Amino acid sequence: MVIGGIDIVLLIASMMVAATPILLAATGEMVAEKSGVLNLGVEGMMIIGAISGFAAAVATESPFVGFMAAAVGGAVMALLFALLTQYLLSNQVATGLALTLFGLGLSALMGQGYQGIKPPPTAKIDMGPLSDIPGLGPILFNHDWVVYLSLLLVGGTWAFLKYTRAGLILRAVGESHDAAHALGYRVIRVRIAALMFGGALAGLGGAYLSLVRVPQWTEGMTAGAGWIALAIVVFASWKAERVLLGAYLFGGVTVLQLRLQAAGIAIPVQVLSMAPYLITIIVLVIMSAPRGRATLAAPAALGRVFHASH
Amino acid sequence: MFRLEKRPTPSTFWSWGTPVLAVILTMIAGGMLFAMLGKDPVLAIKAIFWEPLFGANASYFRPQLLVKAGPLILIAIGLSLGFRAAVWNIGAEGQYIMGALCGGSVALAAYPAESFLLFPAMIIAGAIGGFIWAMIPALLKIRFGTNEILVSLMLVYVAENILSTLAFGPLKNPEGFGFPGSRNLQQYPSAHNADLIANTGLHWGVVTAFLAVIGAYILLNRHILGFQISVAGQAPRAARFAGVNPNTLVAICLGISGALAGLAGIFEVAGPGGQITDSFNVGYGFTAIIVAFLGRLHPVGILLAGLLMALTYIGGEMAQLSLSLPLAAIQAFQGMLLFFLLALDLLTNFRIRIGGLI
Repeated sequence: MVIGGIDIVLLIASMMVAATPILLAATGEMVAEKSGVLNLGVEGMMIIGAISGFAAAVATESPFVGFMAAAVGGAVMALLFALLTQYLLSNQVATGLALTLFGLGLSALMGQGYQGIKPPPTAKIDMGPLSDIPGLGPILFNHDWVVYLSLLLVGGTWAFLKYTRAGLILRAVGESHDAAHALGYRVIRVRIAALMFGGALAGLGGAYLSLVRVPQWTEGMTAGAGWIALAIVVFASWKAERVLLGAYLFGGVTVLQLRLQAAGIAIPVQVLSMAPYLITIIVLVIMSAPRGRATLAAPAALGRVFHASH
Repeated sequence: MFRLEKRPTPSTFWSWGTPVLAVILTMIAGGMLFAMLGKDPVLAIKAIFWEPLFGANASYFRPQLLVKAGPLILIAIGLSLGFRAAVWNIGAEGQYIMGALCGGSVALAAYPAESFLLFPAMIIAGAIGGFIWAMIPALLKIRFGTNEILVSLMLVYVAENILSTLAFGPLKNPEGFGFPGSRNLQQYPSAHNADLIANTGLHWGVVTAFLAVIGAYILLNRHILGFQISVAGQAPRAARFAGVNPNTLVAICLGISGALAGLAGIFEVAGPGGQITDSFNVGYGFTAIIVAFLGRLHPVGILLAGLLMALTYIGGEMAQLSLSLPLAAIQAFQGMLLFFLLALDLLTNFRIRIGGLI
């Protein structure tokens, strides 16, 4: 199916690829925020994931090792944030900004000498005849494993938060840390675990940018993807299924503007490349209006410092 | 067992002691980082903190200190007002770009007319540019409750795209032989923001930064608005009972910080930068966040922090030349500084008790 010089099936397929980094990061951040911690360092964790994944993949010639290294890198960054905010009781907004600034600097430093190198390719999973089904094939059965992993993680997160006891505890900690503490739950440990899960997913998302989507390493290559992931969590009202919707909508916008650029439509390139950011703003406005609606859906203890005095 | 006991009031000693301690710890940790990169840590730290001030070529570098500190202080003063009131403008980089674009456009439109009115007009246009760009997140927050952190940050990317459109389009130098970028404002006497005393780096932007420090000090210590800003940040409910309108405060904080960032932008392109190119902005808007926190959101603190941060910029360039230390190392170094500062903040607000329960 072709509309205006753009193949719709291919558009949807590439939309899924474009959305994957943000989907991963947003899912992780949603879990962290559900536990009541606002980590604004997603951008920093993503870019550390991007470079550590890239370096590991180049060194071992294995994208899988790269993605694992990226998850570890992101989780270590999140641990740093967790130590500061949970044990040293620092301001979460300021610490998150610090994490982003530090991550951008550190990644540029780690990335010295990796510019212009091609990473080992991440192969698509061979699903045999399934990928030849017209229409559905390219959309559902012709991706690399990370795309499926990201979908699995969203589904898993949804089920975890909704149906498991551990998920209930995590949400309780995020709604009222004092009550959870009084019931004997380890507020700080739950939060550290949630933050590290968020960091690992942000790292994976970053590595997907540097290993699959771009694929190469350039300084500051996340270009706001982490911030967009944060916006998608707000858009999704902290619900996993809506994170999926938001990330794919956003991926669609990104891909569409790239296609329009390639199709040589008479809109300046810069106008098209600012479209994703403008649309994020518009979406935030729609989700927040009427005033304060987004605040109602947020976990009640989000961003508040927990200090057990006894 | 360590136990944290909240202080009834923040410790004055530690609120000034932590930045100093943070700088020392960053030097140690930074030294280790440089050692891992295979550089002599002592030489690297000396190159960053000592050489620009007292080294052999210091006379060349000292003016650079003011050139770099000016915009950082100017932006950080504005940000600090908002941060005190828990209004998080982190899009100063975008407001800086828009200020430079608006002010620069005025100059380029007037070219080659000479008039003493041109420079003030550019400055006003620059401030308005930054102000308007900051009012977008402010109005969206007031009207719809939209998160100002995300909106102001998104607008940085929008501003960068506008900058690139204009730098390659309408603002491009018609006599530039196809090179990107605008006319050089340094060669346009009416528009040039020259050093007031030759070779000191002291241009109008630096003067404005000092004025902003004084203004912010008076505002915070002697004016009801400064009091309202502090109350709104520390106890939002109490502030509302005291009749503080949170919406007005959002508009004022974002408006002031936007205007100051815009001023920093136009002073930069009319002075040390000279040209509007698609990459004239070097991240002052983000580094200013570190400056604001390092200065404890206090005007005098920000003045000192801005100078220190400018020193690391210049020292970083020196270390790049003499030790081939990558410039990115300085960025990581600055980020590290903010981490240490936030971690040590604990000492300001809590007492650390060793031992079990009382």
